[in-house]
Amino acid sequence: MKQLPERFERLLQSLESLDRTDRVQMLVDIAGTFRRVPPSIAERPYPAERRVPGCESEAYVWAKPGSAGTLDYYFAVENPQGISAMALAAILSDSLSGVPPEEIAEIPADVVYRIFGRELSMGKSLGLMGMVNMVRATASQYLRTCAEGVERGT
Amino acid sequence: MSKRIEERGYTRSDVLVSTDWVQEHLNDPNVRIAESNEDPLLYGSNHIPGAVEVDWTRDLNDPIRRDYLSRKGFEALMQRIGATRDTTIVLYGDKNNWWATYAFWVLQLFGHTRAKIMDGGRLKWIAEKRPVSREVPRYPATQYQAPERDDTQFRAYRDQVLQHLGKMQPLVDVRSPEEYSGERLHMPDYPNEGALRGGHIPGALSIPWARAVNAEDGTFKDAADLRKIYQEENKLRPSDDVIAYCRIGERSSHTWFVLHYLLGFDHVRNYDGSWTEWGNLVQVPIENPSVEGRHEAAA
Repeated sequence: MKQLPERFERLLQSLESLDRTDRVQMLVDIAGTFRRVPPSIAERPYPAERRVPGCESEAYVWAKPGSAGTLDYYFAVENPQGISAMALAAILSDSLSGVPPEEIAEIPADVVYRIFGRELSMGKSLGLMGMVNMVRATASQYLRTCAEGVERGT
Repeated sequence: MSKRIEERGYTRSDVLVSTDWVQEHLNDPNVRIAESNEDPLLYGSNHIPGAVEVDWTRDLNDPIRRDYLSRKGFEALMQRIGATRDTTIVLYGDKNNWWATYAFWVLQLFGHTRAKIMDGGRLKWIAEKRPVSREVPRYPATQYQAPERDDTQFRAYRDQVLQHLGKMQPLVDVRSPEEYSGERLHMPDYPNEGALRGGHIPGALSIPWARAVNAEDGTFKDAADLRKIYQEENKLRPSDDVIAYCRIGERSSHTWFVLHYLLGFDHVRNYDGSWTEWGNLVQVPIENPSVEGRHEAAA
């Protein structure tokens, strides 16, 4: 199994070390740090192609090139009750921005169980996995674009 | 704006309480308020002061088998939340009270009839800017003695559904029209939950659960409007033996609640195996208009 990005792995381990109550409180606190995508990146109405399929919290994902060939991730969560989606968005944005896209493209979607525990409903877990999958997909797309650019010599 | 609950013409208006009622009973020792959600973080983010959490996976389901908790498990749950047989348990939650009615239904399997649903659920309470808290209350453990779980009155199993089908008795499919027609295997915005076949149980009426609630505030529609939907439009009669189903039994517990308590249907059961069971069973009859339509067009 591939290693996860270091900062991300550290956070997962610290969540896994907590009992359910403390884990929920930590995730709620993390959700409180969530910041919606800034207007400089995207403004409402957000484009449908950025919407995470299967996420009923109406999450959107953007990736913009950062420093040294990495990407910075931005999210919107339109459902004000979508606390889990906000927590995951904050985690992914904070832990994966600036990480080499090769590493992000390898992150398994079921990492959501390490974050939230196994007691997610199927619908909720697959919706959250959709967010991870969309982040992975943007990393893969970026890598393909870069490779095509190299081939074209641009 | 919704009428007062007692003015809406329900058969059993006592099973529904308003947000005002709940606020007036926040410190009532005979009332235990319980939140039941799909989102595992919502309760932790804030909840009605004094409310306990009843988690549908952890607290209500058997951890190994696909089944509900045993008598012993139910007693442990009631002891944990500090409830006795005389405690009135008021349930509320997200998703227009899907999970609250699901929990309410499980309470009825153990004969805890002192139970109510807070009309409008969590969203209404928050929208009305009523008090919330992040403090998780602790109540002294009680001695709760429950009867054995009785699935006969309110729960239907697949063999019973097959018999029901053979007798041409009414089934109500409360999923989205797209799930019913077989165009999708799961509700809009929800991923597939593992049913191999789409469609519906033959002859089932399509009455999506959400038709029973007022979209603006999540409260239940009044009895006259509900009768129009279930009785006039779909020809159900209160004397009918009805089985409701959805995907895993959560949305259909909402419709079960509406038919049995609000409209006074005596014989309503929730088929909790629902489409995640039926859509995977070998050789059971299925109607799938989307596929049948394509086949007819191809022929």
